[in-house]
Amino acid sequence: MTTSPVQTASEPNPSPSGQANAPLSIETSELPLDHSHGAHLDVRMFGLATFLVADGMTFAGFFAAYLTFRAVNPLPPGSNYELELILPTINTVILIISSFTFHRAGKECRADRLGASRVWLAITGALGAAFLAGQMVEYFSLPFGLTENLFASTFYALTGFHGLHVTLGVICIAIVALQTHRGGQVTAANHFGLEAAELYWHFVDVIWVVLFGLLYLL
Amino acid sequence: MRRAAGLALATIALIATGIWIGFNVNLLPVVASANAPVYDDLFKLLFSIGIILFVGITIVLVYSLFKFRRRVGDQGDGLAIEGNLPLEIVWTAIPAVVVLFIGIYSYDIYERMGGMTSFHDHSAMLAGASDNASGIGAELASNIEVKAHPEIANTEQGKRYWAGIASMDDPDNKTLPVDVTAMQFAFIFHYPEGNITSGELHVSAGQPVQLRMEARDVIHAFWVPQFRLKQDIIPGQPTLLSFTPTKPGTYPIVCAELCGPYHGGMRTNVVVHDPDSFQTWLDQNRQPAISA
Amino acid sequence: MTIANPNDFNEPLQPSGWLRYFSFSLDHKVIGIQYLVCGFIFYLIGGALAGVIRVELASPISDFVSRDTYNEVLTLHGTIMIFLWIVPVVNGGFGNYLIPFYVGARDMAFPRLNAVAFWMIPPAGMLLISSYFLAGAAAQSGWTAYPPLSLTTPAAGQVVWILSVLLLGGSSIFGAINFIATVLKLRRPGLKLMQLPMYCWAMLGTSILAVLSTPVLAGTLILLSFDIIAHTGFFNPTLGGNVVVYQHLFWFYSHPAVYIMVLPAFGLVSEILPVHARKPLFGYVTMVYSIMAIVFLGLIVWAHHMFTSGTPPWMRLFFTIATSFIAVPTGIKFFNWLATLWGGRIAINSAMLFACAFILNFVFGGITGVALAQVPFDIHVHDTYFVVGHFHYIVYGGTVFVIFSSLYHWYPKFTGRLLNEDLGRLHFLLTFIGFNLCFLPQHWLGLNGMPRRVAEYDPAFTTLNQISSVGALLMAISTLPLLINVVVTAFKGEIAGDNPWNALTPEWLTSSPPPVENWPGEAPLVKEPYGYGHTEPALAQEATP
Repeated sequence: MTTSPVQTASEPNPSPSGQANAPLSIETSELPLDHSHGAHLDVRMFGLATFLVADGMTFAGFFAAYLTFRAVNPLPPGSNYELELILPTINTVILIISSFTFHRAGKECRADRLGASRVWLAITGALGAAFLAGQMVEYFSLPFGLTENLFASTFYALTGFHGLHVTLGVICIAIVALQTHRGGQVTAANHFGLEAAELYWHFVDVIWVVLFGLLYLL
Repeated sequence: MRRAAGLALATIALIATGIWIGFNVNLLPVVASANAPVYDDLFKLLFSIGIILFVGITIVLVYSLFKFRRRVGDQGDGLAIEGNLPLEIVWTAIPAVVVLFIGIYSYDIYERMGGMTSFHDHSAMLAGASDNASGIGAELASNIEVKAHPEIANTEQGKRYWAGIASMDDPDNKTLPVDVTAMQFAFIFHYPEGNITSGELHVSAGQPVQLRMEARDVIHAFWVPQFRLKQDIIPGQPTLLSFTPTKPGTYPIVCAELCGPYHGGMRTNVVVHDPDSFQTWLDQNRQPAISA
Repeated sequence: MTIANPNDFNEPLQPSGWLRYFSFSLDHKVIGIQYLVCGFIFYLIGGALAGVIRVELASPISDFVSRDTYNEVLTLHGTIMIFLWIVPVVNGGFGNYLIPFYVGARDMAFPRLNAVAFWMIPPAGMLLISSYFLAGAAAQSGWTAYPPLSLTTPAAGQVVWILSVLLLGGSSIFGAINFIATVLKLRRPGLKLMQLPMYCWAMLGTSILAVLSTPVLAGTLILLSFDIIAHTGFFNPTLGGNVVVYQHLFWFYSHPAVYIMVLPAFGLVSEILPVHARKPLFGYVTMVYSIMAIVFLGLIVWAHHMFTSGTPPWMRLFFTIATSFIAVPTGIKFFNWLATLWGGRIAINSAMLFACAFILNFVFGGITGVALAQVPFDIHVHDTYFVVGHFHYIVYGGTVFVIFSSLYHWYPKFTGRLLNEDLGRLHFLLTFIGFNLCFLPQHWLGLNGMPRRVAEYDPAFTTLNQISSVGALLMAISTLPLLINVVVTAFKGEIAGDNPWNALTPEWLTSSPPPVENWPGEAPLVKEPYGYGHTEPALAQEATP
């Protein structure tokens, strides 16, 4: 203990240890002084990552429910867990590729090649749309509806909730692509929007891989 | 030295008082089943420990507030004590030991009440019979088939049962089986022996009872406070509950799970007869099997 | 100290004066007050509903409200008190006001998200309450909404309930993300994690719980709404579904929710006791570790709410042991608080009375909690008034007492004026007596055969129920001195000065109320938020005469 704490209290602006004082005054000035300021990039990415943990927990809850249903509740006679695999496998490949194309878009952006970045974003968005289209085709070709049995309900709930995430991701990609285009909201120096969308897209991708394993392969 | 002796004496007095209160003040209703005294043993222990802890902490707190209260005009500070490792280790260790002791003791109690043993044996025996044996399902471990009662085993082949406290042991084949249907807002009791249907549960003191309960609509719970027993009856989960009534008398059966507007009115009675009058009741109410 | 004029700072979205409390303000202090006031309004509504319950239970027959209404009332009471009073106030209210001060920041990490999170609450609350009037019937299946009951009660009310809880859950998640980011990422340079005031740790732990568990509830309720609206069969046994899965998922959130309600209270008490006892917080490091231990254990104990649901024996055993062990870190905290008081110079004021009563109440609730964790014990008292008594000792005797204590402690910070001590003591006395009168008899009622959530009961229980109702009446009366105190002293109260308690935590090292930017200059670096007391042996002798 270097100073008396009671003394600290009596000072309006205490600087308890002299050695820390000088660098601190410089550092604090970096703090935003008004409340409408956005936070720093890494704080925002941290916040997004925390949100994705929360979002992942929603899926974890669904997965746990699905696995328990499967283990405990037998399906009515005549139904089974078999699903057509060709289309979903193609969809999986599409989604995995789209993660790489998005990564490429981020790389181009950071290298200040916004045009190339935009092209890769467009490819990613197209792949996402293709995934959604594939999903739709699958939905219409399935022999069961939402309320057919417990597995059918769980299948639609899980893929539907994931599809919602993909849809949101495609919209985000479109917005980011537009932002690289005009007004310079996404630039090599300031590309939070792009990085956030990328992280989100990878998250959606990983969730799909788990979901694919559990719903189609298990 | 004198202070330490006084402290030790006070602690002993506190513990003695706690144990005396715990074992002599009765907060529970009449004991009317074989596992109620077992339950009461656990209760007395927990009550004693609770009294000792609560009174001890209250005394320390009130004493501190009185002894260390700030006098008028005092602007000073207390002692700058920020921690004391040995002390902190002690008060981490004591609750840990107490809690571990309580846990082991209540496990023992639970086993004596029939919550653990019989099920392990049977679920192990029947694990192969279950087509979901590889699953991780919550109910799987208590997923069993009933073999104790050939009559249901024959009619409801492969039926899965859930249970809390249930004994499958029936060496002398003297267990009284009763089918219970819970619905909004009543319990219906059906005796396969004699084909009796009743709104009240009639049992015989000393004879083990096995309830096979099913809920027709929403979740209900079967509770007899004097038996210290409660079991949820969940739709889709036929549930067993075993007990042995010991004390003749009439006790309430209460639904303990919110089941709708008349939940509070979903009550009936369990009548514990002595063996002779139970036989009389059975004879008086016996229905010919054809009339069902 | 020179107080900076807020107008020096360009705040385009900040109306000044009282109007700012009705605006989409981004100032964490305004948002904090918004949470507190909004929560308190819902506390009064939830309290009125509790009054309806206690009036109904003053007689053993169902004679005050209809049975359907009674179930609506108890559902709304539980939901409002948990999701609209305790969780928002003890997290969002005090958290938003204090955390930026404690980490030495001008605001939360995401001010806009913060305002959004708050403004989700009033609509959600109004939606919930309006379901009683608009949808014809509010939810009737209790705050737990167990299917299949929640599938068979009037659908509109249940769906509105789900919608409202989803909004509140979303608000809670956004708030939690903000707290985690603020505590971990926005600390003033030079301020180390282990120098933070204890409330920061409590909020960090709470927010981790909220982020991990609330989404599971959201997912579960979405599935439940599918069952109601689209007639899927997730939780409907007649359609092949499984009721117990709902219970697992529900309690995976709702047990941590208990810690979401009490951990911040632990943090607040850790701030209040050292100030008024003039002593350092005892055992800071073990306090931090015990919070984190509670967070970890809190996530793996949920099935102790389901001991009678036909869960397998190994599961009951595991959850009994895990639950019991929460008593260890919790016990550490209580012993540390007692040690904090020991040898202090304790100012026995309203804040301190409520804080000390919290210790007693919570120890009581904790003891019954350890008992309830034991499967054989729980089998008898599960879903009875014993449980009702137990959890009111935790959430009311625990958290609500701390909220009142905090109000007396920080009101001078919020307004620059002290709350009246005499009214404060009257408030304390009425609350303490009323609370114990109301909830202590309920333990006996539960042990002897009164189930919870009933409108009618065995006439043998009438006397104790009437005592309980008298206690509830006292609690209702106790809000009057509080309300008068808060309203009158806001205008006429004794001027507090900047730091009436001579406290060392950073929020007191500025003016009261603080300027918009929190400190006129740079944020102070407080390495010892609990550095009270003197170490000189001579003075130490004097302190214990």
